[in-house]
Amino acid sequence: MIGQRPNEMRTAARRVRGLGAARSGTKDFWHQRVTSVAGIPLTIALIVIVIALLGRSHAAVVQILGSPLVAIIMLLFILNTAYHMWIGMQEIILDYLHDDKFKFLSLLANTFFCIAVGLASAFAILKISFGV
Amino acid sequence: MVEITLPKNSRVTEGKTWPRTSHATNLTEFKIYRWNPDDGANPHIDTYYVDRDDCGPMVLDALIWIKNNVDPTLTFRRSCREGVCGSCAMNIDGTNTLACTKAIDDNKTPLKVYPLPHQPVVKDLVPDLKNFYAQYASIEPWLHTVTPAPEKEWKQSHEDRTKLDGMYECILCACCSTSCPSYWWNSDRYLGPAALLQANRWVQDSRDEATGERLDNLEDPFRLYRCHTIMNCSKACPKGLNPAKEIATLKKALVDRQV
Repeated sequence: MIGQRPNEMRTAARRVRGLGAARSGTKDFWHQRVTSVAGIPLTIALIVIVIALLGRSHAAVVQILGSPLVAIIMLLFILNTAYHMWIGMQEIILDYLHDDKFKFLSLLANTFFCIAVGLASAFAILKISFGV
Repeated sequence: MVEITLPKNSRVTEGKTWPRTSHATNLTEFKIYRWNPDDGANPHIDTYYVDRDDCGPMVLDALIWIKNNVDPTLTFRRSCREGVCGSCAMNIDGTNTLACTKAIDDNKTPLKVYPLPHQPVVKDLVPDLKNFYAQYASIEPWLHTVTPAPEKEWKQSHEDRTKLDGMYECILCACCSTSCPSYWWNSDRYLGPAALLQANRWVQDSRDEATGERLDNLEDPFRLYRCHTIMNCSKACPKGLNPAKEIATLKKALVDRQV
C-alpha cells in the first residue's frame, strides 16, 4: 500500500499520475448496463421455456428447443450472458487481484472460459435446432 | 491487494486504562486507538474516562478534554471545531465522521475512536493523507480556459451556478474516500469519491473550457470505474453530500459523449 514502503522515494504526484489515464473503460461500463437490460426479458423468456420443458419427453424437448423462435431466444440469452459474465468477472479481477502475473493469468482464463462456455452452449442449441 | 488481516506490526492490542478524575460522577468511557512511531510497539487501545460535567457535547470536546486533563500525548488534528475545515475526520463508533460535529451522546459507549481506515498512520488519530491530496491535485481543481480572461469576472447564469450545489461544499475531510472498499483495495489507482466529486465540480462548471480534457483524464478502468456504487461515501459524508451521485454524473457524461 501507498506510504508503507519506507524506501519509497517517488513523490505522491508521480504515483498518482502513474501511466496516465487509459482513456477506456466506458465501453465496458456501458455494455455491462446494456447486457443487464437485455438480460431481463431474455431471462424471463428462458424461465418460461424451461417451465414449458418440464416433464416432457426427450423428443418433445428437442422439438421445442429446435423451433426457430425458441432457439434464437436461447442463443441471445447465451451470448448476452457470456458477454455480461466476461465483463463482470473482469471487474472483480481488477478489483481484487493486484499481482501482475496472477492478474493477467486470471484475465486470460476469464476470457477463455467465457468464450468456451458461450460457444459450447450456442453449439448445443444449434445442433439441436439443425437436428444434425 | 485485498488484506483480510492486518500486518503483524499493525495488529491492535489492549492498552492502558487511564485513571478517572476524582469527584467526577458523570463519566463516559472512551476507547481510543494509540500508536507512536517512535516506541516500536504495536498500536493499542487506551481507555479514558471523560468527566461530562466538565466537557463540551462533541467528541472533539472530549478529545481535547482528555489531552488537557488526562494524557497530553494523545495526538489528533483539529482546527475550526465547527465542521468547516475537515481536520478532525476520524472513525468514531465505526463511522467516518468529523469529531467536532458528532455528539458524544449519539454513539454507543464505550465510545471507540480510531483514525480514518486504510491510510498509513502518522501517530494516534492522525492519518497520512499525502496520496489523497495528490489525487485531488491530479484533477487540477482550478478553472481552465482558452478564451482570454475577461476584464471583470467570468459570468455564470444562476441556473448554471446551482449545478455546483452539492459539490462546492466539500471540505476534503476524506471521510468518504476512506470509507470506500474500492478505495481501500485500489487507492493507488482509484481516485476515490472525494477527488471524483471535485472532478465533477469542474466538469459541471459552465465557465470551465477543458471539460473534454478533464473527462479524458478520468476515463480509466481504475481512476473512475473502480466505483461500484457501494454508497458508503454518501452515507459517511458529514456534510450531507452525495459523492456517489456525482460519480454517476461523470460516468453519464462519458457515455453521453459516445452515444
